[in-house]
Amino acid sequence: MGMITNITQGFSPSRRAVLAGGGAGGLVLAFSFAGKGAAADGPAKLNAYVQIAPDGIITIVSKNPEIGQGIKTSLPMLIAEELDVDWANVRTVQAGNDPQAYGRQFAGGSMATPLHWDQLRQVGAAGRAMLMAAAAADWSVDVASLTTEPGVVVHAASRRRATYGALAAKAATQTAPELSSLKLKDAANYRIIGQPIPQVDTAAIVTGQPLFGIDMRLPGMLYAAYEKAPVFAAKVAGADLAAAQAVKGVRKAFVVEGGTELDGLLPGVAVVADSWWAANKGRQALKVQWADHPTSSQSTPGYAGQARSLVAAKGGKSLRSDGDVEAALSGSAKTVEADYFYPFLSHATLEPQNCTAHFHDGKMEIWAPTQLPEPGRQLVAKTLGIAPENVIVHMTRSGGGFGRRLMNDYMVEAAWIAREAGAPVKLVWTREDDMRHDFYRPAGFHHFRGGVDSAGNITAWANHFVTFGEGEATARSAGMAATEFPAQFLPNYKLDVSMMPLGVPTGPLRAPGSNAIAFVVQSFIDELAHAGGVDPVEMRLRLLAQSSGGAFDAERMAGVVRLAAEKARWGKTTLGPRQGQGIAFHYSHLGYFAEVAQVAVAQDGTVKVEKVWVAADVGRQIINPLGALNQIEGSVIDGISEMFGEITIKDGQVEQANFDTFPLLRIADAPVIETHFIKSDNPPTGLGEPALPPVVPAVTNAIFAATGKRVRSLPLKASELAAG
Amino acid sequence: MAYELNVNGVTMNADVDPDTPLLWVLRDTLGLVGTKFGCGIAQCGACTVHADGAPIRACMTPIEAIGDAKITTIEGASALEVGARVQKAWSELDVAQCGYCQPGQIMSATALLSQNPAPTDDDIDAAMAGNICRCATYVRIRAAIKRAAGQEA
Ligand code: FES
Ligand code: FES
Repeated sequence: MGMITNITQGFSPSRRAVLAGGGAGGLVLAFSFAGKGAAADGPAKLNAYVQIAPDGIITIVSKNPEIGQGIKTSLPMLIAEELDVDWANVRTVQAGNDPQAYGRQFAGGSMATPLHWDQLRQVGAAGRAMLMAAAAADWSVDVASLTTEPGVVVHAASRRRATYGALAAKAATQTAPELSSLKLKDAANYRIIGQPIPQVDTAAIVTGQPLFGIDMRLPGMLYAAYEKAPVFAAKVAGADLAAAQAVKGVRKAFVVEGGTELDGLLPGVAVVADSWWAANKGRQALKVQWADHPTSSQSTPGYAGQARSLVAAKGGKSLRSDGDVEAALSGSAKTVEADYFYPFLSHATLEPQNCTAHFHDGKMEIWAPTQLPEPGRQLVAKTLGIAPENVIVHMTRSGGGFGRRLMNDYMVEAAWIAREAGAPVKLVWTREDDMRHDFYRPAGFHHFRGGVDSAGNITAWANHFVTFGEGEATARSAGMAATEFPAQFLPNYKLDVSMMPLGVPTGPLRAPGSNAIAFVVQSFIDELAHAGGVDPVEMRLRLLAQSSGGAFDAERMAGVVRLAAEKARWGKTTLGPRQGQGIAFHYSHLGYFAEVAQVAVAQDGTVKVEKVWVAADVGRQIINPLGALNQIEGSVIDGISEMFGEITIKDGQVEQANFDTFPLLRIADAPVIETHFIKSDNPPTGLGEPALPPVVPAVTNAIFAATGKRVRSLPLKASELAAG
Repeated sequence: MAYELNVNGVTMNADVDPDTPLLWVLRDTLGLVGTKFGCGIAQCGACTVHADGAPIRACMTPIEAIGDAKITTIEGASALEVGARVQKAWSELDVAQCGYCQPGQIMSATALLSQNPAPTDDDIDAAMAGNICRCATYVRIRAAIKRAAGQEA
């Protein structure tokens, strides 16, 4: 069709190009400075860009990838606030991958707010100072006698006013001020920060405009499908390409040798065609023999068996040992021993992995929905033997991330195939590819022993964690910190870890580590509370009162626990038969969250989460309440959804392939969610992840309250929760 | 095979194999990429479009089955009175997170409200059951449907 869908309008691989698009007379304020205490080229280095057109339209570059966390709106809000402009006059554009201009660009760890809260407000304030300096020079007045209103510099004494648009050209010639000289606004004077501001791309989203990686189109573009071995990293032993090549529309089919690194280019067979449907048909016609692979005997029951042996052997490396757990256990009034399990999970971003690549003029140009563009660029450069400066990565909007797109395997596949095809190529994975070639949330096994004294206080806590890894190397995202709660809240505490080998790729899934650890820790606290005859809220407050350091501020956590309990009318709500409330808290990503879930468990064991109360402390300022609530509600439902699905391994392969076998929660099962914030006097922190972990144990604890049945293994199984 | 399609009131031509799903004809042949690919097996609803006003999953509908049905995609939703209302409610409540599922959600909601201007919660659950939102914006999807129906909670 020769039609180009330009989803990268305003995207740019370089600062020059971003700025060149601004039109004549535009002001470009370019900032490049190191963050406090950081080395000049260290990871805290930050750059941001503001452009003001003569008509007063402000263009603000958003440096990080947008994956649905709302960053393309919230980061520019910080700049716009201190620049002092009307949000209605702000346009935001997505930055290209350009670490020299923008520092580290990534979507992960809920880190954008804490990393940019001060820096991007300073960027805005610096721009405002330059506009005021320009007006002061024009009017020959002291800059201290000037103020601003949104988009206008004002000299009250002479009643003179000049718009930012009129001052822009001159302001661009001013020296950028010392950041330390900038006075930032009082929160009481905010006009943008704290306002419920819709996402900048909302209009494009609701009208179906091209935005996502998968929407990319280039002139002469071909489409690719890529078949990989179901056993991870198995090599191609033989391939009959003839039937694929005979499919109408197929241009080329070829074997890709690939390597052995699970997050790199894996072996496979590529089919390139005039349409994706033809490429996929060709791919289905392939006959590929895969080489034997040493991990092809691995299985989910096999892992469970190994874990049982490792627990029985009482081995394990000690990660932490405080006090004397064994003595405390034998002196306890009651002890509890419990085995917990959680399964592998898939990210299942709704937009399957995809990438468009074009090798031209010695350069590899890439359009990718990625959370981590720069390592993708390096991976492509290394794998294809192209100098990194000749690899250009454009970030597109991502149809979900959740950590999946921190890996750039699909990017290197597209680049390799495009070079081989000699044309621009869009690689699109099927859902089956996506679910069977993920970097899964690692499964895990925890053997707990704990005790309580006659007053119901916890006396000792031992956790033997069985996870995956070999030698000294833990599988990605499969570790547990020695500081993880309740370490440093109990005098007798120990954590041991054992590992077994794994051939399945793992990686961070939204609130990595926490999304699993919160389940087991907060459930076992509940077990000990019931063993000791102590109310679960009371038990948690007692524990929090015993902080001797620890990974977080126990007072802040106690605050959200009390608030969640109060809002849910904990202990005061009249509940029906098989209806119950459960509470849990968790600290992650600098955020303090406590949640109460109310569930009803049907006679047949079906669990319905009716309502969730969320109490959150993420500091003194919610930057965009509209986005903040959306993230919290999404995290809560995401967490509940994760309790109903699992990825299992058989013969070294993933058994699930699509949403029929790996279900995601649907609208009828979404609970009512009530969110309350504590505005503590702390710097604002991120909301992409920390609301998720507590909901899982809040629900399982509520199931116990409703049925007397303790869920120690996920996913939830109705058969185990049925009445009788 | 040459097919003549009526998409959003415009006659369009596509020369594709008869078994090609409407989804790929829209996206790759006609360049209408608003309709999304999520699963390919009618499980997620990302590909929802209307055929003569009824919601269908374009990923499982071969082009040979379209006949002379009038197809409406997200790109044509604003031209429908109900569609425009639904889009407005979606914008006002800022329903989307990543936004990828939302064209399908909006097409399903538009079909629901066209047939049932005052849906109950159960009606909403039934009509929207086929649309997954991985970002889990369900709370706002429900609220936006009610807003579009003029029955603000
Ligand atoms: S893509 Fe058609 S229902 Fe999922
Ligand atoms: S908004 Fe991301 S899938 Fe619905």
